[in-house]
Amino acid sequence: MSIDLSQFIPTFLEESFEGIELMEASLLTLEQGDAETINAIFRAAHSVKGGAGTFGFNHVTEFTHLVETLLDEMRDGRRDISQKDIEILLNAVDCMRILIEAIRDESTYDESKIAATSKLLAATLNDRSPSDERIDEDIHESSIENLSEEAATTDLEPGLQRWSISFIPEHHLVQTGNDPLLLLNALRELGEMSVLANCNSIPSLTEFDGTELYISWNIILLTAVGKEDIAEVFEWVEDDCQLIISKDEQIDKQSLEITEMTNNVLSESVKEAESPASKIVENTGAENPKVASHAQAHKPKVESSSIRVGVDKVDSLINLVGELVITQSMLSELGNDFDTSKVERLNAGLEQLLQNTKELQESVMRIRMLPISFAFNRFPRLIHDLSKKMDKEIELLISGEQTELDKSVMEQIGDPLVHLVRNAVDHGIEATDVRVANGKPEKGTVSLDAYHQGGSIVIEIKDDGGGIDREAVLAKAKERGLIDESSSLNDAQVYDLLFEPGFSTAKEVSDISGRGVGMDVVKRNIQSLGGRIQIESELGLGSTFKVFLPLTLAILDGQLIKVGREVYIIPLITIVESLQTQESLINRTSGGMVLYRLREDNVPVIPIYKLFNIPAENKEIKNSLLVVVEADGQKVGLMVDDLLAQQQVVVKSLNDNYQQVEGISGATILGDGSVAMILDVPSMITMALKVAKTQQETHIMTEEAMH
Amino acid sequence: MSKILVVDDSNSIRDMVSFTLKSSGYQTVEAHDGQDGLSKAQMGAFDLVITDVNMPNMDGITLCQELRKLTSFQYTPILMLTTESSTDMKQRGKAAGATGWLVKPFNPEKLLATIKRVVR
Repeated sequence: MSIDLSQFIPTFLEESFEGIELMEASLLTLEQGDAETINAIFRAAHSVKGGAGTFGFNHVTEFTHLVETLLDEMRDGRRDISQKDIEILLNAVDCMRILIEAIRDESTYDESKIAATSKLLAATLNDRSPSDERIDEDIHESSIENLSEEAATTDLEPGLQRWSISFIPEHHLVQTGNDPLLLLNALRELGEMSVLANCNSIPSLTEFDGTELYISWNIILLTAVGKEDIAEVFEWVEDDCQLIISKDEQIDKQSLEITEMTNNVLSESVKEAESPASKIVENTGAENPKVASHAQAHKPKVESSSIRVGVDKVDSLINLVGELVITQSMLSELGNDFDTSKVERLNAGLEQLLQNTKELQESVMRIRMLPISFAFNRFPRLIHDLSKKMDKEIELLISGEQTELDKSVMEQIGDPLVHLVRNAVDHGIEATDVRVANGKPEKGTVSLDAYHQGGSIVIEIKDDGGGIDREAVLAKAKERGLIDESSSLNDAQVYDLLFEPGFSTAKEVSDISGRGVGMDVVKRNIQSLGGRIQIESELGLGSTFKVFLPLTLAILDGQLIKVGREVYIIPLITIVESLQTQESLINRTSGGMVLYRLREDNVPVIPIYKLFNIPAENKEIKNSLLVVVEADGQKVGLMVDDLLAQQQVVVKSLNDNYQQVEGISGATILGDGSVAMILDVPSMITMALKVAKTQQETHIMTEEAMH
Repeated sequence: MSKILVVDDSNSIRDMVSFTLKSSGYQTVEAHDGQDGLSKAQMGAFDLVITDVNMPNMDGITLCQELRKLTSFQYTPILMLTTESSTDMKQRGKAAGATGWLVKPFNPEKLLATIKRVVR
């Protein structure tokens, strides 16, 4: 029988990556005497090794074995936990990742790196004598294995061998869960066998203990396998019995006969022992299917995308579906013979259906949510490596790692975050001597934080470095021709220049944050996720990069509004408030822009009908409905005809179905089957600004108007 | 049909062992660590327990000791899945009441051949 193991490989890979990540994270926090952490690291390595061996990735097993041995010594206290060893282990973890990735991608890997690290590990292990023993032992073991395999095959050539086995179990043998009958059956798989049971020591009934074993056996076995294979059958009981296995010199098949039969308990097994000798050939053939299954295991087709979900989340789903079914059956029963007297019950039922659907939707969304620690986990290592490379002492503070984020958003935000963190270390944190000269602590701090704000998630990357030099940025931008000599920009606009393609303020290009390529990509990636990035910085004190991301890309809380005959959806998170305008608060600027006084702010008014050039019922700003929205720190009032319901809508991409449209981020299908556009507030603001600009050459959007 | 309890914290190994056993007509129940294994064992009788050694919450050795305290598991065969083929590990297993051990890595054929020594 052959069992295809390849179906388990994706799980193995997923598990291995988790293990590797755990090892890495734990190694970074490992301290002398922290038994729990070292145990966890050891367990992870151990699992990777075990899995790799089982699924035929022997190169991974070999490599991980060295790691495991080193960890084992640390675990047992035979070796101190030194920084040097941790570096080596971190290096080894990288190698493990390379190996596992190569399996996943079915690609090749840098063997020299692995070999070098193996050597390093082996050398480290050799530093101490106990480790030598272990390696020797292992080498010894594997060589025995090879030898015995060879022995088995060479034995096959001359033919069968007759063995005489004396098996005298201790009385307590059956209490360990071993069953001598099954052992004898297993032995019979090896060849032709005759068994003699010795019942002499069975006591009288009064002294008889049912949990004790009183029988011993003499066995003659005609087989092609070696002594090791015979002994292996008894390996679990070797301490609980006397076992003598000796070679009978006369190789004579005829002499194999059942001489005596004293125990009828064994009659069945003896009968089967008379089966033809051809069985031996079958058996030896079946002994080596290992090779075949290894070959199969090497061609995994890996399904890359899977998600691990807590059982509680699945349980709550099942629960909800159960309730949905109850509601459904109630409603369909109601419909069987319906009359007006049942309207109330129908309404109640529909209400319940609404509730069920809502909860179901929330539960399903919850399945896609993962704690952001998945994205943050790689940073301790990154900081560790960067601080070594740059020779800067850096402390990483992580908070809010339990904040949950949609899996698809998480996957795409990883790389931009890495870039921002590298940037903070490279450009943000100053060299140690500079810090000291400025009266700052030698150790720089980079902090990562994540939290929910409204319907979005905010990720902060903060450093206590030199901050952004506004003048340097301006000078560089002018030098590069990114802005006019005469431009006057506010801080936000200046910082925004950092995201321009080809911009870099570092005096010398380092290999850490690259050549300024990247920051523009970072911004683009974040924007494509429907998010935005904002910089706050104070010269000499540090900078904060804030990334705002939507919680999920699939569903949106929306406010339905009406303009003319069209229904639009404004994302609820962008809405500050909705109000009816009062004439006294309306101001018109010289540029033809209408400003509405909202407490201390002057909010520009954008009539949607004008922007999209569509008919509207109400074109008068006076007494109109204004929805005040905020994007990129900028508030605007969207003038609408009517406010309709608030509801959650499923976002359909316009890009996929049609094409990108300015001012629109997507579309959805409403309850009545009609299509409604989802407004893209930031892009509407840009549009309105452009329109205003072309209408009037002067800059209407002065700073006063904006803030 | 023999009923086997498979205890391992690694999904892939557990799936593989369970799948192999099922395809040979054994009935299996899976548990993800010693603690889980113990509570599943308390809910029913088994003909064999196969357990990993290194697991979070409760390791295989402790599980074995705990199982031996239960009347229904007093003589039930318990096999340890281990990569540590050293005598030390075997002794610890035996002392805890384990019947035998399976040294990882093993392939499905080896698994099936080996468990025949303790289960029908």
